[in-house]
Amino acid sequence: MSDHNYVPSSKLGKWFNDRLPLLTLADHLKQYPTPKNLNYWWTFGGILTFCLITQIITGIVLGMHYVAHADLAFDSVEHIMRDVNYGWLIRYVHANGASMFFLAVYIHIFRSLYYGSYKAPREVIWIIGMIIYLLMMMTAFMGYVLPWGQMSFWGATVITNLFSAVPFFGEGITNWLWGGYSVDNPTLTRFFSLHYLLPFLILGLVILHIWALHVPGNNNPIGIDLKKPSKDTVPFHPYIVIKDLFALLLFLIVFAFFVFYSPNILGHSDNYIEANPLVTPAHIVPEWYLLPFYAILRSVPDKLLGVIAMFASIFILVILPWLDTSKVRSAIFRPIYKQLYWILVLDVLILGYMGAMPAEGIYLLIARVATVYYFVHFLVILPLLGKREKTLSIPVSITEPVLGGSPSPEAVRERKEFS
Amino acid sequence: MKKVIKFFYLILICSFFFSHSVFGEEKTKLLTTDWSFKGFFGKFDRGSLQRGYQVYTEVCASCHSMKYLSYRNLSETGGPEFSEEQAKAIASNFEVTDGPNSDGEMFTRPAKLSDKFADPYSNIEEAKLSNGGAYPPDMSVLVKARSGGADYIYSVLLGYEDPPDNMILDDGVYYNKYMYGNKIKMPKQLYEDLVTYSDGTPATPEQMAKDVVTFMAWSAEPHLEARHKIGFRAIVYLLIITVLVYFSMKKIWSRVESEI
Repeated sequence: MSDHNYVPSSKLGKWFNDRLPLLTLADHLKQYPTPKNLNYWWTFGGILTFCLITQIITGIVLGMHYVAHADLAFDSVEHIMRDVNYGWLIRYVHANGASMFFLAVYIHIFRSLYYGSYKAPREVIWIIGMIIYLLMMMTAFMGYVLPWGQMSFWGATVITNLFSAVPFFGEGITNWLWGGYSVDNPTLTRFFSLHYLLPFLILGLVILHIWALHVPGNNNPIGIDLKKPSKDTVPFHPYIVIKDLFALLLFLIVFAFFVFYSPNILGHSDNYIEANPLVTPAHIVPEWYLLPFYAILRSVPDKLLGVIAMFASIFILVILPWLDTSKVRSAIFRPIYKQLYWILVLDVLILGYMGAMPAEGIYLLIARVATVYYFVHFLVILPLLGKREKTLSIPVSITEPVLGGSPSPEAVRERKEFS
Repeated sequence: MKKVIKFFYLILICSFFFSHSVFGEEKTKLLTTDWSFKGFFGKFDRGSLQRGYQVYTEVCASCHSMKYLSYRNLSETGGPEFSEEQAKAIASNFEVTDGPNSDGEMFTRPAKLSDKFADPYSNIEEAKLSNGGAYPPDMSVLVKARSGGADYIYSVLLGYEDPPDNMILDDGVYYNKYMYGNKIKMPKQLYEDLVTYSDGTPATPEQMAKDVVTFMAWSAEPHLEARHKIGFRAIVYLLIITVLVYFSMKKIWSRVESEI
């Protein structure tokens, strides 16, 4: 990085910085050269950091009032909603915050897919991101169990039962997860403990994610390597800070509409019924952000293979940098990939929708087709496409696209459209 | 050509999310009424809440508990807003078990503001025994615990009809147009002039259903009014600061040659 020679202006600052270079770090974050053509899809990194911190703060406050006990959990949530000062606000921010967090993370991931941000030299950023995503899903799932409503209980039962598909050790593993012979108080207390722990692991990984990002620097909409710093970049502060703040505020307006005007629309009404092991809900559905995976799980007739398919659908993303063989990053210069990208978006949306429907008849059929397509996209199309696709010519820099590269008029037009 | 494809793609995605009617089976359309608490500025109608409490206590409370409510809630802002004296008087009508006293005995005393609403039954088994095996659900959060919410409960209360000819009902089971599976163990409750409203409102079944559901909506979401009020302020504040930040951003970015 270019900021090794930063010298604090004050004597005290210099004394401290020589011993722990925090001020150098702050200066690096401030000066960090960022491509100036980043569009609003790039603001979701900042938004996600905000979401994580909001979840941690509201979660700590909720943890002060929540009681992790099968007989008391549901009551303690109602206590928070009724008698804790602004408890309703904190809980609704936390519950809807989880959904907003996932909304943002999906946009963030799909942005990366569109602009090829996962490709060399950014594979490690991508892999850390995928681990964060996996931990997020675990955290959200365990958090959903804590209110100990019907959907909490039965969701926990369905998901933990997946592990019983493991040959030979299945039953042992599920019993170990439950801390007993069914989902019960020991399950609840350990879920609470882990739900409290994992966000801090995520926070640590987020720091690594950003660190790894700051080594090669940001990708950008046209996906070319930039000289840094140069005319193509702007310092992170104030340019990106103010832009991220503007995007965050827009995001907060949407967030506020959910929290204040339809706080329960993303949840399931059954979760306001206290958990009852003797009554199974008519349809057990996970939260919306897990539905595509749920659809994949159910579209495979065999339980073990279904579980494998579900985990494979996530693992496949981890190895994506090596599945996509194209040297060109941005979809702007990949006419065929661009079409396929939107088909994949639609495919995932369809999977999500089918995950919410009963697994029967036409729904099951559509879910199966969509599942197969999901895997074909990553395992067959992407490796082949990268070798065959005729890509458009790529500009050499953001500011001077015409010099040196002689890009086609098509490329220039596309660039305007997207930057 | 590209625009055409994009357009079709958009249509496809939109239609996909409004496709419930295409894929899903037709559901019985729920009854609804002009709920005072819906919308951005929705507030509870105090009169309706107070009448609703009367319906609850005179009709529903013989079987249904409301265990998350305390008598003090009746006089709190955003609720029925009985005066504190009224709430105290209401509470003193109920007996609660307290103790043990210094003799080690449990005793009963009139309820105070800090007490939870008295339960009609001492336990679930007793409740089931008295209701043909069905457990009358606690009504505190029932509006949030049913899909369809207030409309659904309103519909069920008014949805009693004669069963279709091909349906044979067991003893103690009733036909209800809106209930899941159309069978319900609660008999029809709301008959003309079942209660006498002190404010002179005619006690039609529709009126009583509306009042008691309004009361239940409040009990499920006692801070709804505060939520709507704070939400409006929060969003106005956010909009103002967003505009300010937008112009600052434009100013800052005008220093470099780039679009934002």
